[in-house]
Amino acid sequence: MAVLKVTFTKTNRDKLAQVLWVLNWVSVVTGVTLFSLGLFLKVEIVKRRELMSKEIVSVPNMLICVGLTACAINFLGGKICYDCVDTTKFLRWKLLMLPYIICTFFFTFCILVGALMCYSMRNDLEESLFLGLRDAMRYYKDTDMPGRCYIKRTMDMLQMQFQCCGNGGYRDWFHIQWISNRYLDMTDSEVVERLRSNVEGKYLIDGVPFSCCGLHSLRPCIQHQITNNSAHYNYDYRKEELNLNRRGCRQALLEHYTQIMQSIGLIVLIIWLFEVSVLTGVRYLQTAMENVLRLGDPDSESDGWLLENSIADTARYNFNIIKNLGKCYQVDDDPNIDVPSSSLQAQENVPVKQIPVAR
Amino acid sequence: MVVGKMKLTFQKRVKLAQYLWMLSWFATLGGAVTFTLGCFLKTELRRRGEVMDNTDIHCVPNTLMIVGLASMGINYFASRICQDALDPGRFPRWKTFLKPFFGCSVFFTTLMLISVILSYAMKGSLETSLKIGLKNGIRFYKDTDTPGRCFQKQTIDRLQMEFQCCGNSNYRDWFEVQWISNRYLDFSSKEVKDRIKSNVDGRYLIDGVPFSCCNPSSPRPCIQYRITNNTAHYNYEHQTEELNLFIRGCREALVYYYMGLMNTIGAVVLSVFLLQCSVLASVRLLQTSMEAVAGQENVEVDSEGYLLEKGVKETFMEYVDPVLKLLWMNQVTPPEAKAEAGAS
Repeated sequence: MAVLKVTFTKTNRDKLAQVLWVLNWVSVVTGVTLFSLGLFLKVEIVKRRELMSKEIVSVPNMLICVGLTACAINFLGGKICYDCVDTTKFLRWKLLMLPYIICTFFFTFCILVGALMCYSMRNDLEESLFLGLRDAMRYYKDTDMPGRCYIKRTMDMLQMQFQCCGNGGYRDWFHIQWISNRYLDMTDSEVVERLRSNVEGKYLIDGVPFSCCGLHSLRPCIQHQITNNSAHYNYDYRKEELNLNRRGCRQALLEHYTQIMQSIGLIVLIIWLFEVSVLTGVRYLQTAMENVLRLGDPDSESDGWLLENSIADTARYNFNIIKNLGKCYQVDDDPNIDVPSSSLQAQENVPVKQIPVAR
Repeated sequence: MVVGKMKLTFQKRVKLAQYLWMLSWFATLGGAVTFTLGCFLKTELRRRGEVMDNTDIHCVPNTLMIVGLASMGINYFASRICQDALDPGRFPRWKTFLKPFFGCSVFFTTLMLISVILSYAMKGSLETSLKIGLKNGIRFYKDTDTPGRCFQKQTIDRLQMEFQCCGNSNYRDWFEVQWISNRYLDFSSKEVKDRIKSNVDGRYLIDGVPFSCCNPSSPRPCIQYRITNNTAHYNYEHQTEELNLFIRGCREALVYYYMGLMNTIGAVVLSVFLLQCSVLASVRLLQTSMEAVAGQENVEVDSEGYLLEKGVKETFMEYVDPVLKLLWMNQVTPPEAKAEAGAS
């Protein structure tokens, strides 16, 4: 009992082959799209490598590989479908078609995995950003150390571009020393007092770098002595909302990347649905062509199906094949061992046939 | 005195028509590109329209857009003409259309050349406009509570951060303007009172700049107040400090940006102009050579094509006279009638 059987006339088969040829070429284009989406994501992640503790390479690499494979598979599929119109040319591909369909089936499964990975990347990314930003803020002042000299610039550009401040909020800057000792006057009593009042000898202030300043503020930016209301005229830091950027940079970057990945994930899902439909079409075409060959008449109608028997039967059959693959090396069933048959009568009843001798 | 006479065999005419058809479609594409570039330039100019004093510079993108549309129309008709040119039955219907067509085409092609020249020549006007616009922007920076000026602060801050510039000519422009509003100045403080008293106009001027002048590439935290006071900051000398603030003035940055855009656009439009000229010359040659064989039984003979039947000046007068007559008709008494009345 075949699964989803459809009868195809000769014209139907030809049309199906032509349509599939076109669709396979469209799929090559979608494969290129997948590849470029993966490349785009990779570039976006590499751009902010300094702000992540662990670079997320799995998702973009997966998309790139899947995109390239899609191009190759669909290119081959296009060639096969082009030849399927002619039954003589189909014979060339007959043996290759079933392995091709099985490979494509697993490949479409990979596309689905790629799409789902896009949505699941968020948690990894959040942790990576938390640790990365924490380190970046810690090394903000180290503009004289090789390897860390550009972190200040990266952090400033990030805070200006995304209009964010600090890791979770602007208060993160109060807990780290972001002014290097090179620019601190150690003879100044105020500086010395601050250093002494801190357990680890760090110069901590209630101030933030200039890049935290909000663009929408009505007054010139207040970036030092933020929590000290009396230091500034007509200022109450609890009511002041526009002075500094309120959002944390972790939140800002996470939103940015989540948006990118949701769009990419949606596109990949659509491409997956498209690939599945192409695969179904190719399977129908393959079974229809094989049945035509079996019937002998290239112009006759033939049946196409997804599976010859029901799903359970096909599964059992394939499972048996896999089981027997393992069994051929077992001693019990070695065909070379002479095992006497259970019934002697069966041997006697075998008619003796005379073999004609050629003259 | 014929200009540009050329002998064309039948084969040459056929080839000319074929190449011309393809060329005219490329020229249509060129016209579309010109229109798009004009739109893009206009959008870019409008984005920073708040720091420009006048809109004189907008004549460049406006001309480009008009010329682009006209070019698309001209080249579309050119392709239709050359399609019908080799068919002696269909060609005569274009006869009355051709003279105004060539008149308009030459006019718009000249306009295209003018727009290219303008895109290079408008630099001075742009610079003046930006000078005044930026001066006003910096002056009204503090007026975030005055309607109509409340977004100047945001505009100038965004501009300085995006173009990595400070002030009009340089950061010292901020020293001459009060950019901190009186609302945020403590008038009971001695320092504030001293500063205001020492200034002739009663303005609060400081040697400080807004935060948007700070350069992220600086190795030290930004020094934006008491810039010229070396003792106010540890290990600081403002004459040698180059990375602390943006050195470039915003006027220079914007002029550089817009001139770069307009130079590129000018180069592209110049090549479209050359393409357009060749299309028009080819259509004219094809038309005149086809007219020479019109009415003859055997259309496969050689014929002569030319660009202009008379000299350049005479042809120009021939086209301009009908336009002038049209303009004179609107007058109450034309000058010739006056002279005649006077003579009689």
